Amino acid sequence: MRAVLNGWLRRIPVWALWLGGLVPLALLVWDTLNGGLGIDPIRDIEHRLGRTALYFLIASLAVTPVLRVAGVSFMRFRRALGLLCFTYAGLHVLSWVVMDMALLWGAMARDVVKRPYLIFGMGAFLMLLALAVTSNNLSIRRMGVLSWRKLHKLAYLAAPLVTLHWIWALKTFPLEPVLWLAAILVLLALRIAVPRPIRWGIAASPK
Amino acid sequence: MKLRWSDVTPKADYLNRRAFIAAGAVAMAAPAWALTGKPSAYSTVQKPNTLEEITNYNNFYEFGMDKTDPARHAGAMTTDPWSVEIGGMVDRPGSYGVDDLAPANALEERIYRLRCVEAWSMVIPWIGVPLSGVLEKAGVQPGAKFVSFETLYRPEEMRGQSRPILDWPYKEGLRLDEAMHPLTILATGLYDDVLPNQNGAPIRLVVPWKYGFKSIKSIVRITLTDRQPVSTWQAMQPSEYGFYANVNPQVDHPRWSQATERRIGAGLFGGREETAMFNGYADQVASLYAGMDLARDY
Repeated sequence: MRAVLNGWLRRIPVWALWLGGLVPLALLVWDTLNGGLGIDPIRDIEHRLGRTALYFLIASLAVTPVLRVAGVSFMRFRRALGLLCFTYAGLHVLSWVVMDMALLWGAMARDVVKRPYLIFGMGAFLMLLALAVTSNNLSIRRMGVLSWRKLHKLAYLAAPLVTLHWIWALKTFPLEPVLWLAAILVLLALRIAVPRPIRWGIAASPK
Repeated sequence: MKLRWSDVTPKADYLNRRAFIAAGAVAMAAPAWALTGKPSAYSTVQKPNTLEEITNYNNFYEFGMDKTDPARHAGAMTTDPWSVEIGGMVDRPGSYGVDDLAPANALEERIYRLRCVEAWSMVIPWIGVPLSGVLEKAGVQPGAKFVSFETLYRPEEMRGQSRPILDWPYKEGLRLDEAMHPLTILATGLYDDVLPNQNGAPIRLVVPWKYGFKSIKSIVRITLTDRQPVSTWQAMQPSEYGFYANVNPQVDHPRWSQATERRIGAGLFGGREETAMFNGYADQVASLYAGMDLARDY
């Protein structure tokens, strides 16, 4: 079963994931052009981009735990998942800069250093930026695999920051980002608790 | 009987009817659900937001936390019959109907700017009556210094109240001089019709120089008191929401700046505008706060 699944996964080209990953963006553009966004389209654009970035971030974080626990490998797609996350995070920040804050650079600078939710968000974005620019084989070679891996553990710091950014921006205590934060912590816990792949073949075989 | 939008007389019909009355042919009462208010000098000349914008972008946590929840779920609230208990330090306490408080012949149209604490704004054509007249009718006793207000609590019709997001029922309060100010109204209509439920039907407060959350919706209780009431948001997070909640570009919300705002309906690249002191009503209300430190009494 696992082997069949892995076989299928091997046959899916990475560009197909990119194509699927850009569907939420296409839908957002479609809704924007067709007035499908409601009364405050800027808020909807900003929020949808931000949420999609978080979903891809969590998907990329799930790759290793899924491999270790279930033996199913999405490893070929991890870089694309991470870069899709960064694409949406970048558009999220861009929509804030251009549409929400209308290029008021002074006001933005004052806010980013003063407001906790913007500090969390901007901090996470800078981490994701560092991960995105090193998401190529040349960087892995230059940095060495060990230090590259160390750097990319930042994803586990950026993810909770993103959910705090979401929680802190709202007026009351919201449920949804708290659930995503819990999911991130579970993924991190799995990573620590299951340091090696579970060896299914041996566990399942008779004595 | 619950009034539905389908029961409301189409505007073209009642306009015809009004013309008919004006011709003096028949003395006929205007239908109760169409409201007209006399124009007021307190109205802004700014262009109001559309009815669609005003009725589909609401904070009314009794029906959910999303801006679209109230339009979707507020229809479940029964607004007829309705009564408002006026009590506390008044000469004539009792239960008042909406028509007692805001009779048709007293209604005024007040086109006001609305500035939300979340840094967005709208312009809204309310129909209503000054709160001062209502309080005078009840007879404010000399010792009274504050007015407190309470929203309906009916979890079976207000689905948001089944979760402890806020300490239900929603409460607000004003100092007596703020309540008696001519800008402060009780609104029963919007754009020549009765208030839609999501906007606080059948009767709500509107205090245009304060952040929107001070303008409590769907009022069931008004109490005159000598002690400063604690409002719901103030109780929930006193460091973020004060009792006064005057629109003030110089005093930031701890988590965001109040210096600028985004006008709903301005478009994707409409930009931001600077927030005006007291939401642009400083000439009328600044004197109420003379000598006060508004950074402390926010």
